[in-house]
Amino acid sequence: MQDLGIRVLFMGNNFIRLLGGLWITLKISLLAVALSVVLGTLLGVVMTIKHPVIKAITKFYLEFIRIMPQLVLLFLVYFGLTKSFGINLSGQVSAVIVFTLWGTAEMGDLVRGALISIPAHQYESGAALGLTKGQIFLYIVIPQTLRRLIPLAINLTTRMIKTTSLIVMIGVVEVLKVAQQIIEANRYTVPDAALWIYGTIFFLYFLACWPISLLASWLEKRWKN
Amino acid sequence: MSEETILLEVRHLRKDYGNGAVLKDVSLKLEKGEVLVLIGPSGCGKSTFLRCINGLEPIQSGEILLDGLSITDGTAKWSEVRQKIGMVFQSYELFPHMTVLDNILLGPTKVQKRNRKEAEADACQLLERVGLLDKKDVYPRQLSGGQKQRVAIVRALIMKPEIMLFDEVTAALDPEMVREVLDVMMELAAGGSTMMIVTHEMQFARAAADRVIFLDGGEIVETGTPDAFFDSPKTDRAQRFLNTFTFEKK
Repeated sequence: MQDLGIRVLFMGNNFIRLLGGLWITLKISLLAVALSVVLGTLLGVVMTIKHPVIKAITKFYLEFIRIMPQLVLLFLVYFGLTKSFGINLSGQVSAVIVFTLWGTAEMGDLVRGALISIPAHQYESGAALGLTKGQIFLYIVIPQTLRRLIPLAINLTTRMIKTTSLIVMIGVVEVLKVAQQIIEANRYTVPDAALWIYGTIFFLYFLACWPISLLASWLEKRWKN
Repeated sequence: MSEETILLEVRHLRKDYGNGAVLKDVSLKLEKGEVLVLIGPSGCGKSTFLRCINGLEPIQSGEILLDGLSITDGTAKWSEVRQKIGMVFQSYELFPHMTVLDNILLGPTKVQKRNRKEAEADACQLLERVGLLDKKDVYPRQLSGGQKQRVAIVRALIMKPEIMLFDEVTAALDPEMVREVLDVMMELAAGGSTMMIVTHEMQFARAAADRVIFLDGGEIVETGTPDAFFDSPKTDRAQRFLNTFTFEKK
């Protein structure tokens, strides 16, 4: 029994530290998600404007974020800004900035896609009733857009949560880093700690992402009209 | 036709689309209580004409007057004009995220700012007339095409418009459901509604119309009473068009 790796979880304050790391992960990703939803929605609406310059700028932004690996973006912001402009950002702030930039771009594209999927006839039916453009948006377009948007937006949220594991590389001590520290510290005493630690982390990520998925399913069912 | 009873007047309407004129020089007058049926081959501009009347399509020249006042000179607000001109479309576009009742009440409550209870009573009365009162809390996806179209008609009627426009409203329906919608329209016509109907249903046109207008190539080729038009059309083009609906036994 004493060779069972699982005991590493109960040694000292290991488990508390893992939870602390998870807290950092969630704090950064949920803040980035919240900002991305707001900014992304604005961006999505802007992206539907038929102005060549606006289209060019937004397209460039979207493609740039999509092509760049998130890790490179993190390095650019964390190390690059310091080296070029002397701006010293903490790892956590850099992470929030980068993930917001990424999330906004993706969210903007989702919103744009949802908006253009509303058939023109819906706008016309609203107009034929005498509704103003604002009213058409408020009562007809936006409710339908939200319904089309939510599943994909939830998917984006869980992806963002999982990708935060990269911020280890800019020195943020989040849950994966804590895991590595514990495993290293106990390398000789508990050799198969890795299995249990990573298993626990898998479980923790699941705990973080599953309620969000459930929320999405519940919303989809509620709006199944 | 006396001046006081002319609700709608169209003067020399011209509409271009891309490289050609869809409507060349269309003029007509619509009297209160009159049922006008527009027929013609595909692409002749009849749907476009209806859409110009309630501002869904801009016009290049000409004038449209409602109750003697111009609605095309830029002084009128379309959201007000459209309360007086109701329109029902071929693709019945109900709002899928709202129940039947909410669909119907959106216009009266948000545009006309009517009291919801009062509008609801009105809505239920209209739904009963078209035989759909039991569906008022149902979502559009649970309705058949014919039912959706009848709801669309109620949705337009509850705004108490002066004129109702119908744009090929039965064209997308299965044959069994066409009749239930046409019955509603017949009832409206018999009840004195002022209507302009674009349709391919010739029997219906003959029974419902006070006047038939035949459009071809963007201009009015012939007008007349239904009996006169269907029995003995004056122009060749009208005759040829009507022939497409009759079959000689082989």
